[in-house]
This record gives sequence, C-alpha cells and structure tokens, in this order.
Amino acid sequence: MLRKLALSTVATLALVTGGAQAAGEGGHVENFAFSFDGPFGRYDQDQLQRGLQVFTQVCSACHGLSHVPLRSLANEGGIGWTEDEVRAYIDENFIEVYDPDLQDYRAATPNDNFPENTGVGAPDLSLMAKARLGFHGPQGTALNSLVNGVGGPEYIASLLTGYTGEEVDQFGSIFYVNETMEGGLIRMSPPLYEDAVEYADGTPATEDLMAQDVAAFLMWAAEPNMMARKQMGLLAVIILGVFSVLLYLTNKRLWAPVKARAKGITPAE
Amino acid sequence: MSGIPHDHYEPKTRGEKWLDRRLPIVGLMYDVLMLPTPKNLNWMWIWGIVLVFCLVMQILTGVLLAMHYTPHVDFAFASVEHIMRNVNGGWAIRYIHMNGASLFFIAVYLHIFRGLYYGSYKAPREVTWIIGMLIYVLMIGTAFMGYVLPWGQMSFWGATVITGLFGAIPFIGEGIQTWLLGGPAVDNATLNRFLSLHFLLPFLILGLVIVHVWAFHTTGNNNPTGVEVRRTSKKEADADTLPFWPYFVIKDLFALVLILVVFFAVVGFMPNFLGHPDNYIEANPLATPAHIVPEWYFLPFYAILRAFDGEVWVVIAANFLTGGIVDAKFFGVIAMFGAIVVMALAPWLDTSSVRSGRYRPMFKWWFWVFIVNFFVLMWVGARPAEGIYPYIALIGSTYWFAYFLVILPLLGVIEKPLAQPRTIEEDFNDHYGTDHGKPGSGSATAPTPAE
Repeated sequence: MLRKLALSTVATLALVTGGAQAAGEGGHVENFAFSFDGPFGRYDQDQLQRGLQVFTQVCSACHGLSHVPLRSLANEGGIGWTEDEVRAYIDENFIEVYDPDLQDYRAATPNDNFPENTGVGAPDLSLMAKARLGFHGPQGTALNSLVNGVGGPEYIASLLTGYTGEEVDQFGSIFYVNETMEGGLIRMSPPLYEDAVEYADGTPATEDLMAQDVAAFLMWAAEPNMMARKQMGLLAVIILGVFSVLLYLTNKRLWAPVKARAKGITPAE
Repeated sequence: MSGIPHDHYEPKTRGEKWLDRRLPIVGLMYDVLMLPTPKNLNWMWIWGIVLVFCLVMQILTGVLLAMHYTPHVDFAFASVEHIMRNVNGGWAIRYIHMNGASLFFIAVYLHIFRGLYYGSYKAPREVTWIIGMLIYVLMIGTAFMGYVLPWGQMSFWGATVITGLFGAIPFIGEGIQTWLLGGPAVDNATLNRFLSLHFLLPFLILGLVIVHVWAFHTTGNNNPTGVEVRRTSKKEADADTLPFWPYFVIKDLFALVLILVVFFAVVGFMPNFLGHPDNYIEANPLATPAHIVPEWYFLPFYAILRAFDGEVWVVIAANFLTGGIVDAKFFGVIAMFGAIVVMALAPWLDTSSVRSGRYRPMFKWWFWVFIVNFFVLMWVGARPAEGIYPYIALIGSTYWFAYFLVILPLLGVIEKPLAQPRTIEEDFNDHYGTDHGKPGSGSATAPTPAE
C-alpha cells in the first residue's frame, strides 16, 4: 500500500513539475469569487436578476439564448419570478419568436424558448458558461479545474472586462484586443461601459459588476438545475456515507469469527 | 458447476421439487451465490461487482435517456438540452449516465490491472481473460458511439477522426469508412446507426459478462497468492474458501457504496469536470476545434496511435518493406489495436509458472513501471503532438509493447521466484493469525477488514 502511494505521488509530481512555465498559453482568466462556487455555493437571486437585465438590455441585441425556456425564469433555485412577472418581462421587452406554423413572428409565451439570434453571427449563449474552459493545466493535468472548477463563468466575466482598448484592422475587419480571448483578438466590440444599464434595485452598474452579474446569469442559463443538483449530491453523499458505515460494521462482524478462527480461537458461535 | 467441492441445493418442499424437475433455476442461483471463494481475496477483488453495477446503471439510465433523445443532426443537441431542462430529473439521469461511463472505465482498468498483477490470466483462466478483453473492446465501442450522440463539437470531430482511422487501411479502407459512416462523412446516417449500436452493444456486453462469470465459476477465482484452492476433499476446500454469500457480497457491497459516495459527489458537485467544454457547442462541420481530444479513458491508446509518426525508424522500415502500403497512419492504427491484442495475448506471452506478482521480485518492478507508463500515456495523449510530447509518447508506447512481447516472456526464464504459501488457508492464517494481539481483540485488524 505504501509503495502504491509513493509511486502515485512520484507520478503526480512528475506531471505537475514545470507547471509554472505554462502561463502565457491561452487566455488570461481571472478567478472571480461567485456565490455558486464550491459544493455548497448557491445562486444569488438578486445577481441573477441583475444579470438577466444586462443580458436583455445589452447582450440580446446580438446573442440568442435559444435553449432556455422562458418559463424557467419562474423556476425555484434560479431567477425565481412569478408566472405573471415572466409574462410582464415578455411584454415589456417585446420578445418575439418565429412560429413555423404561422410562418411568421409572434409574441412569445412562457412556453417558448428565448429567441435565437443569428443576425450578426454572434454565438448562442445558452450553454456558453459550460462551453468554455476557464481553468486548465498545469501541463495538461487538469488539477487547476479540479480545484477551481471548469471556470466557464469566470471566463465570461474575464472576457467582458479583458478589453485593453486597442483595435486592430485585419483586411478591413476591426478586431478588438482582449486578454482573455484565445489569440488575443475578438470581433465583438466592448459591450459594457459604466452605467450601460440602470439596475432596478439601484446598485451602481460598474463594468466589473455587470460582467460578473451577466456571467452568473449565463451560468444559470446553462445549468438551471444546479441548486437541485448540489442538493442531490449532498443528500446522496450523506445517505450513502451512513449506509457505508453500516455495511462496514456488518462486514466486520461477519468476518470476525473467521478471523478469530485464523488465530486459533474457536469462538462460541 | 464449479470444480471446487461444495454443498448443492436440495429441494425440500413439494413445490420446490416440482419446479426443480422442470427448471433447476433455484439450484443454479444457489450455486452461483454460494460459490466457494478463496477467503484471502483482498480489496482489488471488488471491481467485478462494481463493473456489474455500472453496466446495470448505464443500461437503466440509458433506456430512460433514449425515451427523450432525438437521433437527428438538427435535433440531437437540442434534445439533450430538452432532457437537461424539461424532463423531470433528466439532468440527474444524464449526468449519472455521462459520469457513469467514467466510473465504468476506472473500474475496468483497475480490474484489468488486478488481473495483470496477480496473474489471473494464466492457465486455467485464459478464456475468462479473453472474454474480459472482448468485453473491454465492446465497452470502447459503446462509449465511443455514446459520446457522439449529444452531437457536440467533440462528438462530431471525435467521430470524424476515429472513423477516419479505418480509412487508413490500404486498398479497402475508404470503402469500409464509407460503409461505417453510411455516407462520405459523419452525418445523419452515422448518428442513427451509432444510436442503434450504442443501444445494442450493452446487451451483448451483458451476455458476455454472464459467460465471463460462468468461466471463472468453472475455474474458481484466482486469489492474491495465485495458489489454487485444494479440491481433494470438501474439508480442505472449506478450509481455503468461504461461500460468496454472505462473506463477499457484504464486503463488495461495502466497497461499492464507498465508491458511490465519491461518484455522487462528482455527479452532484462537478459533473462536467471529466468532460470537454467543446461538447457544449453544437456540432459544426465547418469549424474544427483547435485540439481534438478523446475522453480520458481513450487517451493512452490515442497516445499510442499518434506516437508512430513518419519519423520513427520502425515506421520508415515498415513503409519501405511493404512498398509504401503500410504508411505512418496505418502503422499508428495497427499499433493502437495491437496494444489491446498484445494485452489479450498475455496468457501465452507470460512464461512464468508463478501466478501472483507477490512472489515475483523482478516482475513487480516492471509491473509498476507499466502502471506509471499507462498514466504517462494518458497524460501525453491529451497534449498537442509537438515538441517533446511525441518522444514521450513513443517511449511510452514502446514500453507498452515491450512489457508484453519482451519483458513478460523473458522474466519467466530469468526470474527466481520467492517461496509461495502451500495453501490459501496458510496464507490467510499467516495474515490474521499472528501479531494481532490477545485473543478476542479483533479490533487490531480494524483498518482493513476482510483482507
């Protein structure tokens, strides 16, 4: 057993060494502290609502959210609106979806998904928070994402705050220099600026806060059942943990006479 | 059924006798459950039960997923999101199925390594080993096709790369590739047949598992000493063994539940850790991902596939000798499949008469290098094929083949094995009968019960 441990330690160390030089490959991702980090982390309902506001007033101009049902805005463990609030949100923002039966656009109902938006070729954001690797390495060992998580929302918030302000003209297309984007150049112009939205709850809308809020919202959009999932995980670990203790004791008791016999004792069975 | 003498089922009541004359199913179940099992089995003998559990879990969750999944290139990705968002508990079923594949492969690798260390593949258990290898190959196929179904970027491009391997076969390769894909490229036809086969193969695995169990119930289990159970009399057999129920069922259940604690922690708290983020981007035949990486459990073989590029002298020699028929690509494919073939041939490549690695002082070292090498190959398989990595992959792949083709045959000749215990009873009594304090203080052995 000890040798197994020693060998696996050596193997792990061999993989980790040289990790320090890995910095520089890929983009820079800042490790923002989100309320939903870790096994016990929970979505911050206020933050999700602020993030939805940023998405609605800024991002949705170019990006779709086509896999997210509108009614899920009323789900528990997320935005947590009432059904009326969802309807009001649809009305206020004139959300329309394409109906293949009518062959035309019509006002959305809570049973529709958020509309897709392919107008300028911007990617759909439904799963963006799960589709980006914020933390990787060192040296391909994935230890970083084991400790810090896959890092999708951190990636999004870093990207939104990662503009350096420089622009590059490549064959007539304008690219913006971004410290997070792989390759350092991005087609999207800086979408956020101070007070780009006016938060309903009066929170000052700084660029940093808006970036984190919308990243948190997109994490919810990608993983609306995260709260239920963590609850299931915790419950399963506790129940199975208790069960394993009981089985351990059963097993010990079961084998005790066999082991006693091995010592040359004949227990009174 | 088993060659080890033991009690058999005796129908007592009239109803039992009635059934037993027509279908001796109770007797069969009795023989399976009460199989005399070497009492010195250690904790590496739990993986079989874990694997059976994984198979059942994957089939159950898989059947549920298939009720809601749409195998069409336009709807597959969205239907998985439908499962994740709209189906009751769908997210749990899918995450269990997804991570269940990883648990399945962790267990199968540990099961295989157990067999390699304790010589479980040696006579008379070659057939058990070969069937096990067949199961493993079917598992690879099933997992690969399952990974294509969500129709993400890695699904699509993984399928493109791996089916492209068949295209490397000289003369007939392109035809085979088209036949497998159902067209010139990975498309709707591919997705449909992959779902069909992904549904079918687990049941073939289930059938082979039954044959696998049948085979080792005939030969009896191997054990950490590699010494056979005495069969000369029932008294001696009883001294070496304990019935599978309840002794090993409870022990295995304890281990299984402990493993499930970790499994559900992963499912609950980090379900996407073992996956690839690119698979949450819908498949796009026009955009190739920067790095196409298979799932972690394929990485060692992926490393072997890539290790033999056109600059390796063996490849150059093979290319020259066959007049260009065996090029670097085809050589890599041969190496990848060959890596599993040589492992399957281990019973005939290992010349040592001693089964267990415990009594083989030289073998031990080569074995542990083999294990470390497996992880090195896994790591290098995920690295880009540039710089130093191809060299590491080449050294690792060479060791893989050398282990089976050179080291195992030679060790049997040059190694001087240590003394083995005469019987399993002796080994068990040595382990528990000495240095364990006063009579009655059974707690001295507490940290490792049943070992």
